[in-house]
Amino acid sequence: MKYLRFLVPLIVFFGLVGFLFKGLFLDPKEVPSPLINKPAPAFSLALLDKPDTTFKRDDMLGKVWLLNVFASWCVACREEHPLLVEFSKSKMLPIYGLNYKDERMAGMKWLATFGNPYDASLFDHDGRVGIDYGVYGVPESFLIDAKGVIRYKQIGPFTVEAIETKLIPLVQQLKKEAGNG
Amino acid sequence: MAKLTRLLAWLCLAFVVGTASANEAAPASADPVLEARMLHITAELRCLVCQNQTIADSHADLAIDLRQQVREMLQKGQTDQQILDYMTARYGDFVLYRPPVKSTTLLLWVGPGVMLVAGLVMLVLILRRRSRMPADKFDAEPDEEAVGKP
Repeated sequence: MKYLRFLVPLIVFFGLVGFLFKGLFLDPKEVPSPLINKPAPAFSLALLDKPDTTFKRDDMLGKVWLLNVFASWCVACREEHPLLVEFSKSKMLPIYGLNYKDERMAGMKWLATFGNPYDASLFDHDGRVGIDYGVYGVPESFLIDAKGVIRYKQIGPFTVEAIETKLIPLVQQLKKEAGNG
Repeated sequence: MAKLTRLLAWLCLAFVVGTASANEAAPASADPVLEARMLHITAELRCLVCQNQTIADSHADLAIDLRQQVREMLQKGQTDQQILDYMTARYGDFVLYRPPVKSTTLLLWVGPGVMLVAGLVMLVLILRRRSRMPADKFDAEPDEEAVGKP
């Protein structure tokens, strides 16, 4: 009975250490999106370079595609962008850009400078579509399946590791699903 | 003389406070009732850009947009609950400063209460055990006494 008086605080202490240790590896900025496995919110937006052409979510039904949120004012996007340009060369899936709360000229100039990995860019000047997608930090990316359901969200810039271990296997899986369905 | 100094100090303070409130941003909506409701709702919502601020307090671009969004939803006659649902559908329970009680948040809600009760139980147990101990147990040990003396 006597040793219990030392054992109990010790167990409590190590419990606390365990929680704090786990906390070291959690990123509070990464808030899991409630939109995963929900239909992608509908939108209808003008293209960045062609103000008269509109693009709707439903235009992409039947295809697995990636929606990448970017802006010319976003510093982390510059870090991610070369990876996307490189990835887009694989022609694995259509990539669309969502130019979030940006100016048309600035967005187009940015793509001209850093390369354009997008099949097309959509112009979300007032950020309304961004709000519907729960965007809170640019860049963010949404992988949307053939039925128009969001299956994966990358918060913050893509890394080589995230593309290779998460994105590519999931795209292959979703394409297979689409083929069977 | 001392009285005059104090009076001057008060006047200075009044001036500072007066200008501080005058510098508050003018409400973006003309309707003060709607503005008050908007602030009431957004004070319940966490800003995801600067996570320890409410959307009502934050100057982040996203918070400004969301305040405008709430204003518009209120103008359309939506209820507070509809607006909170709109926000959680996009950003998850994390935006709510008072998350709903669910199986995943149960520990969050009852945890502090459980800890408090556990602490009280411990306290009572220790006090009761001590009250049963003979009085001489509380005298200082001989060697402790020796340490205390120079």
